[in-house]
Amino acid sequence: MEKRAIFSHRLLPYALLVPQLVITLVFFYWPASQAVWQSFLLQDAFGLSTSFIWFDNYRELFSQPDYYRTIGTTLVFSGSVAILSLSIALLLATQADKQLKGAGVYRTLLIWPYAVAPAVAGVLWAFMFQPSLGIVARGLRDYLGIDWNPLLDGNQAMILVVLAATWKQISYNFLFFLAGLQAIPRSVTEAAAIDGARPLRRFWTITFPLLSPTTFFLIVVNIVYAFFDTLGLIDTMTGGGPAKATETLVYKVYADGRLGGDLGGSAAQSVMLMIIVIALTAIQFRYVEKKVTY
Amino acid sequence: MAEVTLKDVRKIYPGGVEAVKGITFDVPDGHFCVLVGPSGCGKSTLLRMIAGVETISSGEIRIGERVVNDIEPSERDIAMVFQNYALYPHMRVYDNMAYGLRNRKMDKAEIDRRVRDAARILEIEPLLDRKPRALSGGQRQRVAMGRAIVRSPKAFLFDEPLSNLDAKLRVSMRVEIRKLQKTFGTTSVYVTHDQLEAMTLADMLVVMNAGRVEQIGAPLAVYEKPATTFVATFIGAPAMNLLTMSGAEPALLLGNGSIPSEGAIIGIRPEDLALAPPGAPADGGIALPLTVVAVERVGPESFVYGTLDRGDSIIVRLPGTHAPAPGERAVAVASRAKLHVFSADGGRRL
Ligand SMILES: Nc1ncnc2c1ncn2[C@@H]1O[C@H](COP(=O)(O)OP(=O)(O)OP(=O)(O)O)[C@@H](O)[C@H]1O
Ligand SMILES: [Mg+2]
Repeated sequence: MEKRAIFSHRLLPYALLVPQLVITLVFFYWPASQAVWQSFLLQDAFGLSTSFIWFDNYRELFSQPDYYRTIGTTLVFSGSVAILSLSIALLLATQADKQLKGAGVYRTLLIWPYAVAPAVAGVLWAFMFQPSLGIVARGLRDYLGIDWNPLLDGNQAMILVVLAATWKQISYNFLFFLAGLQAIPRSVTEAAAIDGARPLRRFWTITFPLLSPTTFFLIVVNIVYAFFDTLGLIDTMTGGGPAKATETLVYKVYADGRLGGDLGGSAAQSVMLMIIVIALTAIQFRYVEKKVTY
Repeated sequence: MAEVTLKDVRKIYPGGVEAVKGITFDVPDGHFCVLVGPSGCGKSTLLRMIAGVETISSGEIRIGERVVNDIEPSERDIAMVFQNYALYPHMRVYDNMAYGLRNRKMDKAEIDRRVRDAARILEIEPLLDRKPRALSGGQRQRVAMGRAIVRSPKAFLFDEPLSNLDAKLRVSMRVEIRKLQKTFGTTSVYVTHDQLEAMTLADMLVVMNAGRVEQIGAPLAVYEKPATTFVATFIGAPAMNLLTMSGAEPALLLGNGSIPSEGAIIGIRPEDLALAPPGAPADGGIALPLTVVAVERVGPESFVYGTLDRGDSIIVRLPGTHAPAPGERAVAVASRAKLHVFSADGGRRL
């Protein structure tokens, strides 16, 4: 069905678009073009002289082994966060969908983590897992005999940020999955039950395929989240360490530009990230329109 | 194939609604049982309990020899056709029909043979590669039927399967369902609130009202001898005329000694009445003087709406188009043999 609004005045639609356009211009296009411009410049350490150097910042960037390591770290981090938060959220949503009684309370409790600011969540998690004081860290050491020290062990640090980032994202995924599940007509799953499919088979042959538009949308959203929105979390928990074990692409932009003072290189990295987001969004639009419908 | 037996089945929904209040009946093997009743009387609830998608609060349901109360729907070996068809939207028609067979781990060649057989019977062979969203309502209905018959289940359950179709298609599908059921000889339970569907499909009619059974019997037996005034007005269109008579009035009218002194309700079907000129004698039957209020001519028959001199309104069904005009006086006559007499509360046939 095509929706069409009728405006009585020819300028009205443009007037209604102006606030949105202004916000996009000021907060997206302007900084984005600044970053692109900046990425072609070389500034000396004191910011006194600036020269235009074309693609040298990019050449420099791609010749650093560090950059590739960061790409690897980002892939591991984002992949783990997306897989973990999606599967846990899906599990919780299927349970909530079954059990209607008390679902309100359950749902509200599950949504809270989403409302916690990333930096605050980071501090909370860092504190709980702080090797000498953290309550969880002590439990791990005293009861499970794990030599827990994310401040020294890169893998443990990675596990820690993955868990915290997952925890924050579960509620968002849960809401979408629950809405998706409730949109599946009950009679369809009942028909499958009568057709001889046991619950697990029903889930994989009926529910899961019917959820695929939601799942696909969430995969993209989660990857974007893990790529970009976890800066505050990583900064407060590990600061990208130890030995850059938890340094993701976006954290490196921040570390090199803000902390390292390499504005040109940092801008070049930002532009690379922008290209990634644009690509992800394009894939999402293509798929949502074509493949993942039934 | 199997018989379906219900013994004092009850359903109380969480929240306290008692939708089914103790129902007992037995559908013999191969019979076509139709549950009919007004909206909200618990028909779907009862059917869903037989299917296993609704729990049974108390009582017992058997399919064949087996008590199925605690058996999962997937293990009951029944097939159900839903009002909204409930096709799997992401599967082709072929896979929709094959799904139940694959769940039973049947081998590929046998699945293919069965699906194609069913598709041929239902004339949906050209649709096998389509997704449900590319089908018309009638075609979806056929696929839903196909999904039921490929499995050769112990019983077919239908929940108002024709109510989303247009009038013409509804009639042809009705005939087809009946034909299929006879071919396969599968025990069937069919829910509808359409009394015409009920009368034409059933071997066995179960009339329900407010969670209870009002009457069970062959369709014509129910039509000829309704057990209560509820059944009397529910089966037959237009509905039976009911005249409440107090005191000795019915006994005087009918000369029937068994009529209790507190009165009775007399029922006369519109088709059992005829109109005579004013002042016509009773002639061994009853004669009710009336004034015509309105006339509906529908072609093969006409319905005359009138007000009796005693105050009740009445409908008379006349063959053809010849009928008095509104405002005219007439006498509605019926033979005594055609009268139905019920107790004053309508709950019992006398
Ligand atoms: N899940 C439920 N929870 C609570 N009450 C319910 C539920 N489903 C049905 N009911 C109630 O049970 C009664 C019977 O419902 P049911 O769906 O069996 O009626 P029906 O005879 O099939 O009616 P219709 O002809 O309109 O389909 C109704 O009063 C309904 O409101
Ligand atoms: Mg119903």
